[in-house]
Formats: sequence, structure tokens, C-alpha cells
Amino acid sequence: MAAQTPAQTLAQKIIARAAGRESVAPGEIVTCRVDLAMMHDSGGPRRVKPLLEKLGAKVWDPDKIVVITDHYLPANDDESRRIIHIAREWVKEAGVTRFHDGIGICHVVLPQKGYLRPGMFAVGGDSHSPTGGAFGAYMFGIGATEMLGVLVTGEIWLKVPHTILVEWRGELGPAVSAKDMMLALCGKLGLDGGQYQAIEYAGDAISALRMQERMTLCNMAPEVGAQTGLVAPDQVTRAFLESVGATGADVAAWQGDPGAPLLAHHHFDASTLEPQVAAPHTPANAAPVARHAGTRIDTAYIGACTGAKIEDLRMAAKVLEGRRVAEHIRFVVAPASAQDQAIAAREGTLQILVDAGAELLANSCGICAGYGDDRLGENEVAITSTARNFKGRMGAASSQVYLASPFTVAASAIAGRICDPREFLK
Amino acid sequence: MNSGRAWVFGDNVDTDVLAPGQFMKSGIDEMARHCLEAVEPDFAGSVQPGDVVVGRRNFGTGSSREQAPQALKHLGVAALVAESFAGLFYRNAINLGLPAVVCADARRIRAGDRVRVDPEAGRIENMSTGEVLACEPIPAHLMQMLGDGGLVPHLEKRLARQRQSGESSR
Repeated sequence: MAAQTPAQTLAQKIIARAAGRESVAPGEIVTCRVDLAMMHDSGGPRRVKPLLEKLGAKVWDPDKIVVITDHYLPANDDESRRIIHIAREWVKEAGVTRFHDGIGICHVVLPQKGYLRPGMFAVGGDSHSPTGGAFGAYMFGIGATEMLGVLVTGEIWLKVPHTILVEWRGELGPAVSAKDMMLALCGKLGLDGGQYQAIEYAGDAISALRMQERMTLCNMAPEVGAQTGLVAPDQVTRAFLESVGATGADVAAWQGDPGAPLLAHHHFDASTLEPQVAAPHTPANAAPVARHAGTRIDTAYIGACTGAKIEDLRMAAKVLEGRRVAEHIRFVVAPASAQDQAIAAREGTLQILVDAGAELLANSCGICAGYGDDRLGENEVAITSTARNFKGRMGAASSQVYLASPFTVAASAIAGRICDPREFLK
Repeated sequence: MNSGRAWVFGDNVDTDVLAPGQFMKSGIDEMARHCLEAVEPDFAGSVQPGDVVVGRRNFGTGSSREQAPQALKHLGVAALVAESFAGLFYRNAINLGLPAVVCADARRIRAGDRVRVDPEAGRIENMSTGEVLACEPIPAHLMQMLGDGGLVPHLEKRLARQRQSGESSR
């Protein structure tokens, strides 16, 4: 019998292609050619520039590099300004033309610019880089020294991951979103359930999601310890890519084979999923919102790559339309990108949020990254649409962060305490 | 490797406690002073060169920020031992030349024990209890990188070889 290529998952197929192989098996260590390397201002130029100089090396291919500033913006102090300045100067020096400065968070800007396509093998200098997996790319986060290795060689080693299939069937109820799906997954698998393998999301509930909701799923794959998350491309993917000028994407080729090996197959029912809230200090502390309903909050924050894309802003607006947040609440909205903000402004979503009492912050990582001066104070209790609530991440070690969907954050802002958003969508 | 004192932590030690965001603008000196302070306020002030940091499950979970293992290395930590590491953190540690050793029995090491970690042989000797713990061997290509002192010196060697062969073929 002629040797046949074994059945492979989508992750394996992309890795095999990038490694110049017909097929790869989970557990093998391979070296892959990188199609795209993304950096931001924090882990990017300010750290790789001195190392490149030390090595006397140049970047392997400036056209495969994307640099996006988002962490130290707005640059309110000398050190932040210095870091942003290094990024601006370095891209010129290195010949990198795909440079986007102050227009939003890297994971959200990257697909908006049409840089991602199904089947790509990509790395990003940020742990939320798996967001690119929503487009059927294999994309994962790496640190600055490893990025240096990619910049110099165009290659990276990888232990071929097993695939964990996360299948969602049924239809999401009102005021339930991709964020709730991910918090539920965090609650079920824990912070290390992903075992640094690849998660593929599938099922009719996934197919029904718009691209930015799929981005939220893949964005949070690291929260369960996966190396990446992927959604196989379909007509929704193709339509999005065409809308951003990434034409000719090969959707049919980048699908897993039937019978490909799976490490695990988890089944979830979208129709019975309730809004989720993860209590301090880990996303794995997720439970249905009723568990925490009534907890008094000081701050409600719609922000970050996870929770402030246009789809997220619309969810918040759906709850907040014609309402105002409670008197004692600081309600902060930091749209994830300038483009998302512009759409929100055009269609009226932004006005609803502002009328409800929103304080608008810059299109950057902001409070979520915890790098700037805008931080949570001592004992401050916040509910946020972001991805992580580790102790002290967003401010004082005594601050308490509850993670939830934009629906639930908005509802809680109105009530001044953690609240089921379905109460406002009756 | 000489023996060092063990500092013992729990599950899911995250990159925000290893390298707090507030100090990400600062140099590594300042960052290292705040390494782990949210869970062990005395750590940075008391840790000695050669000491070993021991975690349980999923050590280093969270961010890609390399300052997390870099701060530990800067403080003189000689090796990390855990039941499991977050994958991204593990790669960062090895890339910086800091051995990270997976040991299913990491919980048998108590705070203050004197331990000697041999990443190449895949064993930990606990001088305080006399126990020897088996570890998962570090893959050969990573052991080679560790031997070179991390990815930067590893790349230096690779580039030097390339330049040499480029010159000799001229």
C-alpha cells in the first residue's frame, strides 16, 4: 500500500507547511519558517534593538515584520516617551513599513490591516497573540529574546502541539457572548488545562460567531494555558478578509482532517450557558453571574484586546441605551482601536456609552496592562471586560477584579453591583 | 552546579507577581527589587546567588514579558523547579539561560532546603533530606542553548560560524 499522509489537525497542517514537511506528529520538535512577526512597543524595539546591535545582525525580512505601539500610550512621562521614540526610530532603521502608531491594540489592529490569512504561521511579542488564530492562522506569543531569534533567522522551534477540540453546539442566549464561553472554559479546564497545546474551537455555535467574537475566543486561549487557539476559516472569515483587502484567502485548504488525533474533545451547550463572572484573582474562578450578584463595585471597565472591540462596545451599548451608570461608579471605556471607536461614533454606539456616563480613554492597553499611572487603588473593586485578574495586575495588590462580558460589565455599572445583564434586556 | 537554598511557592505563580506591570518601564535592577513581593515581601532582599525557586503547577502563567524570568536571574537564582511551567515562561527562561526543570515531586522540597539541581542529568539532590528527585530531561536542543548561556550567546556562535564559512568560501 502506498504511504498516505496521516490525518492531521488544522494546527498540524499549518506547522507542517511552515516546517517544509508533508506532515508532522504531535510531540515532534520542528523548526518553522515564520510568515509574520508582530511586536509592540514594550517587548519590541526597545528590547530587540540593543540585542540586534550586540549581534551586529539585521532583520531577516522587514516585510514580514509588523510593529504596533499600544502599551506605553498615551505616553505621559519621559520613560514612556523614550520607549515609544525607540519604536518610531527603529522601524525606519530596520526598513519596517508596517508600523502603526497609536491607532489601537496590536491584536485588534493586525487583522484590521489585512495582515492575517488562513494557514499563516505567525508569532507575536505578546501573550495574547493567539488572537490571530481566529483567522485560521497558527499564531502564538513569545518573549523578546525569542523574538530576536526570529528577527535574525526567520525561524523558530516548536514542539508540535496536540489539539484539544472545544466544541460548542446550540445557540447563545440573550446577553451571553464569546467572553462567557471562555470564562466557562477557564472554570472547567483551569489555568493550565490547555497544557501548552493547541485549542481548536468548532461547532455550530462557533460558526455563528462574528470574527471579533472568534477573536475573543482565541485571545483567551492562553488563559487556559494553551499555546494557541484556532478557528478553522469559513465564509465568515472569507467575508471579513475581503472587507480588509486580504483577498484570495484559501479557506478550503486550511481545515483539519476527519479522524485527526485529538488530545481531548470537550462538548459544551451554548443554549444553556449563563453569563459568567470570574472572581479575584484568577480567570479560573469563573461561575454563573448569580454566584456574585450583589457584590458592590467601584469601577466598571470596558477595555483591552479582549473586551473593547466594536462588537464588545455594541454589547455594552445594548444594555446601557437610555440608562445611566450608578452614581458612585467610575465607568471607563477604552475602545480597542481607532477604527472600532470610529465605527462606534458613526453608528451612535459611542454616544450611548458617553450618555450613560462613560469616561473615554485612549485606544491602548491602558489599565489592563497595568503599566501606566491609571491604576486601581487600594481595595478598589472593579468589574472588567479584560482577560486577566491576577493579584495586583491592574493596580494595588488589595484591589479586586471580577472578569465578565461587556454585557455584564455594563449591567453591573448601572446597578452599582454585580448584576445579571439579562435583567436589562427583558 | 553548587547547592542553593530553596524558595518554595504554590500553584500558578503569575508573571504579574514575578514582574509587576508598574515597573515594566524601569530597568531590570528596579524590577528585580519587586519580584514576587506581592506573595513574599522579603524575597528580593533575602535571596542569595545560587538559590533555587521551586513552584508547583503552571509556574510563570500569564504574560510574555521576559522580565519575569530575567528578574529571577538578575537576583542570582540558579535554577527553577516546578511540577509544570507555563509554556511561554519556560521558553523565556531557557532563552535567557536560566534552567527550568520539570519535577513531578517538586512538592517534596521544603522552603529552606539546600538543593543541587542538575538539569542535564535530570536530577535534584536535596542535601537537607538526602533525597534525590528525578526530573524530566531538558530536550537536547535546549540543553545546548543553556550550555551556550542562552539564546543570545547561542545566536552569536551561530552568526560567527556563518561569517566564518562565508569568508572561507570566498
